[in-house]
Amino acid sequence: MTRDLAVIGAGPAGLAAAVTAAATGLRVVLVDAGARPGGQYFRHPPDTLAGPRGAARHGWAEFARLRDELAGHVAAGRITHLAGHAVWHVEAHSEEADARFTLHLGGTGSVAVSSGAVREVRARALVIAAGAHDRPLPFPGWDLPGVLTAGGAQALLKGSLVVAGRRVVVAGTGPFLLPVAAGLASAGARVEGVFEANRPGRFARHGARVLRNAGKLAEGAGYAAVLLRHRVPYRVGHAIVAAHGDDAVESVTVARLDRDWTPVRGGERVIECDAVAVGYGFTPQLEIPVELGCATRVDADGSLVVVVDAAQRTSVPGVYAAGETTGVGGAPLALTEGRLAGQAVAAALGAPPARPSRRLLARRARLRAFAATLHDAYAVRPGWAGWLRPDTLVCRCEEVPYGRLDEAVRELGAIDPRAAKLISRAGMGWCQGRICGYPTACLTARIRKRAPDVADLTGLARRPLAQPVRLGDLAEDPAAGGAEDADGADPGGGGPC
Amino acid sequence: MTTAQSREPSGAMRPDPEPFEIIFAGRPVPVLPGQTVGAALHASGIRSWRTTRENGRPRGLFCGIGVCFDCLVTVNGDPSRRACLIEARPGDVVTTQEGGGHDA
Repeated sequence: MTRDLAVIGAGPAGLAAAVTAAATGLRVVLVDAGARPGGQYFRHPPDTLAGPRGAARHGWAEFARLRDELAGHVAAGRITHLAGHAVWHVEAHSEEADARFTLHLGGTGSVAVSSGAVREVRARALVIAAGAHDRPLPFPGWDLPGVLTAGGAQALLKGSLVVAGRRVVVAGTGPFLLPVAAGLASAGARVEGVFEANRPGRFARHGARVLRNAGKLAEGAGYAAVLLRHRVPYRVGHAIVAAHGDDAVESVTVARLDRDWTPVRGGERVIECDAVAVGYGFTPQLEIPVELGCATRVDADGSLVVVVDAAQRTSVPGVYAAGETTGVGGAPLALTEGRLAGQAVAAALGAPPARPSRRLLARRARLRAFAATLHDAYAVRPGWAGWLRPDTLVCRCEEVPYGRLDEAVRELGAIDPRAAKLISRAGMGWCQGRICGYPTACLTARIRKRAPDVADLTGLARRPLAQPVRLGDLAEDPAAGGAEDADGADPGGGGPC
Repeated sequence: MTTAQSREPSGAMRPDPEPFEIIFAGRPVPVLPGQTVGAALHASGIRSWRTTRENGRPRGLFCGIGVCFDCLVTVNGDPSRRACLIEARPGDVVTTQEGGGHDA
């Protein structure tokens, strides 16, 4: 199938881009791994599950409006929505080609698409709105079952209406911990505490910026009220530094931290629990833009992100990016960037002119400034490396302990994270470094006494396949390899390098 | 084009659908229609369904959104499926998985 525009991701940014472009008359294909539109932020259970549809969630009305618009465009044939499809490779053709991009697709398992699955789409322009996933930091015991990422606990609740545990400890850094804890408490879990590693009181320094974003603050205040009502303690300057248990988590050690996140002596206590939700920010999914050669930079939160201009254009002609792909900033910013990207694509492809509205541009500037303020207040501080022991796993897939990574850098001459990966095997397993890439880059750079740069992060973000696909999907004939193997580039052991 | 979206009515209330069962390690596990295999197992107090290749350690849900591959499981004989992504269907037979998934 060939369309004017292909949008990757149906979260806030991708939905906004697709709907905006379709409204100008462009024909759009919207490719998304999820079973339902909304991405991680507007994740909601299928209609078969009785429960909250999300109406109480912040920004839900705007999402519902976009979803209805999407349905209208789908019915009219202007948008083709491919749910349950992952993009594992994008080919860029010469600038003369009519359809410059070919997207290769596979199933994700979230929807049964084996019959009628689309394997390839072509498009004249591309909007990448692939979103982000949790950014956990390792600590002793973080591989015990029952320890979940904050987003994982949230996805269980929002997608399947399952509460992560009876007694849950929430920890990490960033405002996202609040809705996670509030959701768990409201759903009946006993939240033993929210442990925020930073001291976001510092935030007050940015008074003006904060006041201009009163909406986000009201949202935070709403969650705080829920936590208060459920008597959930909120402690700043504390972190989980170890989880304990035999075959599942039974307790955690929470420590008081200094400003650099080094545990303070005597500031430790043990809390019993049967689940943990932990998150230290987010990692944007950069495989496709990196593969296409889009210019990247290290954002204020330490994440590798795509560089875009005022029209959301990347450095590669015809490729646009919006949402967390250009820097973690939350759903309102993603919606705004998506709209701007949709308008810019329409203008570039000669659809009836829709000048970027000044209101959207102003909103983007304001929300980006607010995101920068949050990144500053909730930055990851270097002391977390002190939580690790030599036998603490850094890479969960390949079971690479910190001691082996340290040895690769200190004794075996790995001068950068990519070399450390090749020697230690950290980042070479099933997840291809999506989970351990950030900590591996930080730890390697730290041992080399420097800060991780674009090259360090790119070395661990470059993947031969943008998304894991079943080998059967790679075969020309769907019947040729369907039963052959499973998800992952190389399920037998480690990924290709 | 059939997609999850086009099948989804806009917010219409439906009668509560009947729960059903899947089989895990020989015993029944209740499922609410629409739940993933991983969510159903977790809700039943089952925290792990795989052991690692190197150290034989138990693993279950971690990222919950298909990124980390910790929750790999064998469903109806098909190994290394991400339990957090696949929707459970009545009668699914879910088995534990060891190492690379070929010797479950």
